[in-house]
Amino acid sequence: MGHGRQAVALDQTNITGIWTTMLRYVIKRLLLMIPTLFGAAVLIFLLMRTIPGDICYLRLAAGGGSVVQDVLNNCRRELGLDEPMLMQFWAFIKGLVTFDFGKSMWTNRPIVDEIALRFQLSLQVAIMATLTAILIAIPLGTLAAVKQNTWVDYFVRTFTIAGIAMPSFWLGILIILAILVTSKAWFGVPWMPPIRYVPIWQDPWYNLSMLIWPALATGYRYSAVATRMTRSALLEVLREDYVRTARAKGLYEKLVINRHALRNALLPVVTVVGIEFAFLMGGLVVTEQVFNLNGLGKLFVESVLNHDYAMTQFLVMMVVAIFAFTNFVVDICYAWLDPRIRYTR
Amino acid sequence: MKWKTSVLAIPLAAAFAVAGLGAPQAQEPKRGGVLKFVVPDEPPSFDGHRETTFALIHPIAPFYSVLIRPDPQDPDNPAKFQCDICTEMPTATDGGKTFTFKIRQGLKFHDGTPLTSADVLATFQRIIFPKEGISSARQAQLSMVESVTAPDADTIVFKLKHPSGAFIPALAAPFHFIYSKAKLDADPRWYEQNVMGSGPFVFDVREAGARITGKRYDNYHHKGQPYLDGFEAIFAKTQTLRVQAIRGDQAAAEFRGLPPKSRDDLVAALGKDITVQESDWNCLLITSPNHERKPFDDARVRRALTLAVDRWGGAEALSKIAIVKTVGGIVFPNHPLAATKDELQKMAGYWPDIKKSRAEARRLLKEAGQENLKFTLANRAVDQPYTIVGTWLIDQWKQIGVEVTQKAEATGPFYAQLRSGNFDVALDFNCQSVVNPLSDTSKFLGTKAGDQYGRYTNPKIEAIHDKMNQTADVAEQRKLMREFERIVLDEEAHNSISLWWYRIIPHRSYMKGWKVSSSHYINNQLDVVWIDK
Amino acid sequence: MATETVSPGTIVEDIPRKPTLLGTIGSFCRGNPLGAFGGFIVVTMCVMAIFAPLLTSYDPTANDFGAMLAAPDWEHWLGTDQFGRDLLSRIIYGARTALLVGFVSSFIGCFLGLILGVTSAYFGGRFDLLFQRVMDVFMAFPLIILALAVVAIFGTGVTNVIIAITIPVIPRAARIVRASALAIREMPYVDAARANGFSNSRIIFRHMMPNVMAPFLIILTAQVGQAILIEASLSYLGLGVQEPVPAWGLMLRGGAQEYAESAPWVAIFPGLAITLAVFGFNLFGDSLRDWLDPKMKT
Repeated sequence: MGHGRQAVALDQTNITGIWTTMLRYVIKRLLLMIPTLFGAAVLIFLLMRTIPGDICYLRLAAGGGSVVQDVLNNCRRELGLDEPMLMQFWAFIKGLVTFDFGKSMWTNRPIVDEIALRFQLSLQVAIMATLTAILIAIPLGTLAAVKQNTWVDYFVRTFTIAGIAMPSFWLGILIILAILVTSKAWFGVPWMPPIRYVPIWQDPWYNLSMLIWPALATGYRYSAVATRMTRSALLEVLREDYVRTARAKGLYEKLVINRHALRNALLPVVTVVGIEFAFLMGGLVVTEQVFNLNGLGKLFVESVLNHDYAMTQFLVMMVVAIFAFTNFVVDICYAWLDPRIRYTR
Repeated sequence: MKWKTSVLAIPLAAAFAVAGLGAPQAQEPKRGGVLKFVVPDEPPSFDGHRETTFALIHPIAPFYSVLIRPDPQDPDNPAKFQCDICTEMPTATDGGKTFTFKIRQGLKFHDGTPLTSADVLATFQRIIFPKEGISSARQAQLSMVESVTAPDADTIVFKLKHPSGAFIPALAAPFHFIYSKAKLDADPRWYEQNVMGSGPFVFDVREAGARITGKRYDNYHHKGQPYLDGFEAIFAKTQTLRVQAIRGDQAAAEFRGLPPKSRDDLVAALGKDITVQESDWNCLLITSPNHERKPFDDARVRRALTLAVDRWGGAEALSKIAIVKTVGGIVFPNHPLAATKDELQKMAGYWPDIKKSRAEARRLLKEAGQENLKFTLANRAVDQPYTIVGTWLIDQWKQIGVEVTQKAEATGPFYAQLRSGNFDVALDFNCQSVVNPLSDTSKFLGTKAGDQYGRYTNPKIEAIHDKMNQTADVAEQRKLMREFERIVLDEEAHNSISLWWYRIIPHRSYMKGWKVSSSHYINNQLDVVWIDK
Repeated sequence: MATETVSPGTIVEDIPRKPTLLGTIGSFCRGNPLGAFGGFIVVTMCVMAIFAPLLTSYDPTANDFGAMLAAPDWEHWLGTDQFGRDLLSRIIYGARTALLVGFVSSFIGCFLGLILGVTSAYFGGRFDLLFQRVMDVFMAFPLIILALAVVAIFGTGVTNVIIAITIPVIPRAARIVRASALAIREMPYVDAARANGFSNSRIIFRHMMPNVMAPFLIILTAQVGQAILIEASLSYLGLGVQEPVPAWGLMLRGGAQEYAESAPWVAIFPGLAITLAVFGFNLFGDSLRDWLDPKMKT
């Protein structure tokens, strides 16, 4: 976040002026998303086609045995892989613009159908992990700020940095191991989280008993940065003179009174959480592997390895779009709060 | 060329039948229950004619009937194919060139439409003579078929170009689902996305990437079957989780094969609730040196590489950590055509004295001027058993002073490498369904084989292989097989074999009626499986 | 971000004295006990990596089927894996792989990012705008997928893993450096240099780069830990470093999960090694950031 620490001030003199400049900024900022999306489209299109190997051979011969050239050619024709690169790219872009995302090359089913269930799962894990991260970060960050440079502060920092240092797959292995061992010790029979996803409205208990573990593992991991942000943001507030002098009277009371400052100070925290949420939507590649979650991350890896161009392209564009949009919202918030951005950029 | 193989099948059948007799008499099957099992991968489509993966067989085969199949109670017996929708296994007429099958009467597809010879005809037309735009994966295996006809509603006739013992096993491939002609006529590719067969189970639900379920088909043609009310195939990529799923009773089995340690853990945790079935597996890893690349064009170097490998010692250790076990030559172990231990031990790489063997390997390398040989082993990035065996081989080669790095790739790039010849030595594999050494060993024929990536041609072994397929005399076949094997593995060391795979299926003891076989492709229609609870 | 373990006064005092290296380290440690601890871990890792052959008598790749999955004892302090290889020596040698990948990829990545970031800031205008858009693309692109694709293209193995990890580092470094460089571009001495007719490259390399060293160092330390983690993840997925090369992430692959219950040492120790290393780098980088953050000096 390049401008995470812009001074925040509200220009209240000219309300209509704000609206016009804001509108202009929003449009400008929206237009800037186009080259990002286009660039990502070019990048993933070329990357996928540079990976050696092809989906047809993989599908027809990787189980062993030989395959006739005719069959291979036929398969390529079906998938449109025999067309010139530019035509393939054009079809891809046209699909994006018209929201016709096409079919997975691997399963030949509409991409939208393929990802529906997985999107649900990934979204739920992302939300639960974000909540976990916030639940860890806000109290711990506050505590660390209040007890700055004491052993409490050090403990909080150690705890959160340890979270980000632990490989998620390792944490996953440990969690599964711990569940198995403790359930066996307590109930005599080993219990293990469900391996099949059921939407939360069908069976909340079953659903949560499966997803709570990856959410905890990921949430803990992602709480590190948010904790840190909370701590610094609060410290800044605490450093304000009037807060400092009022400290004797009780900190929390003052924080509540000084709502405006707190809100501004927490903006970076919201930014971090927002951007991490965007990453979570497409980035749980390894964790999903460990917990056998049928989510977008697993699909991502499988599509790359299967040479499923259509699916990989779609997933990348989706993640990039979510990311760009989150950034857009964050930037708009900053611009709203800091008029200088509207004029200088 | 291969017509006399059918003669061989008879003594073979005897050999296997003896093994089959020892099995205890089965209990009376019970009705009911839903069988849950885990599958390591999701099939790309539902079309058995098009796909080649076991991931299609496990969840999809229960929906379909086939013309003939291996006997579910004796699946490894190459002479005991049985009718699924035909009435009787035919005897070849017209000098072994014509096979006439009678189709059962009153068969119905799951949608209620009748299944007649027209549907069988449409099915095999699609498999053997696919129309433009249709992919058929096993077209080549049935290339001996000249025509398929359906003279009347319950007769189907296959005419071969020449007599071939490979025809019946090829016909029995588990992928040859009987499709409905009406559906195929409406849309030749309908079956890629949809399921509609006449098998023991009716398609119920597919959740992308998660599971496929089936419900009992009440009009199934095998009376009283299936015993199950339904099944649920759950996709789980991570092996540990599949094991834990069996342990936590979220699944009764996994039908591909689990490593020995997982078997031991399950048995230790669940005791008599777990039943383990094991079998040698008709799959093997092959070390394939690139003959077009120096110094692997030199037979001395290739021989040194196989001489360095302590197979007898390795078998014991690796069988504890990987899904491999038996030391063998190019023929499926214990098969009448396979080399005996004595015969094996005469070949390079199988000598009982590993010290002597490695000394010879060093001598050969020195003679070839390759004492400081370094190379890269191309492998698949799959643990069981590829990278484990690869890692073991590298340690074996290190002991004759050869330094090897492993380059394990995802399957796509791995095959791209093999096909382009851009590798030093590759760890390839040969995995077949029904044991049929005469055709399985064609992998070692070199470039002519089509799926051999070692880039060699050798007219001598081609001649032997032809001769082997043209003689009816088993002793002669055996002799020729030894000669073929000696040249391929020892004299020229075109390929070398690590260990044969070993299929370990630990399943919940309440799952009954399922028999392990030498292939994870066969025997998974589940019509004879039942739950004892 | 501005944090505060050092009171602004300390630094202001230090600047006129032209501190010695030892003095600087001393003041850093006094103000950042956690950072000092992180630094200690990092140094220990480096020592381990450099003197690996002296620290263990076992060959990290030698199979010993007589000692498969042996529990920790006097002979094998941390036990052995399924090939009977000594885990301690694999972890010690694994430090080499981790640090090699970590340092080389972050250093190259950050250095390229530094050049690009400063150049972009210096020229500004259309070039900067275009450059920014390119960086946007890379920033928004899912990191692990980029790495996965690069490995699939170039193949697995240490060198290619380094390439795969380096590429995503570049835009991240460039972006941060550019932000600092933008401020420096307006400094009088840069104007003066330009007025004196110095070449662009001279201004970039002599005048601007040395002045963005603080953010450069911060991102560099932060990236080392990150790189070690990505390497571990790729190896865990089977697409990174390959057997029998000792590497921590690889040690957690397959076997570790399979044996987690019956031989937990196989799963626990390599994970601890990764965690400790990344922890050390992050703690150190974190404190370094607090210490160097230019905002603190005002």
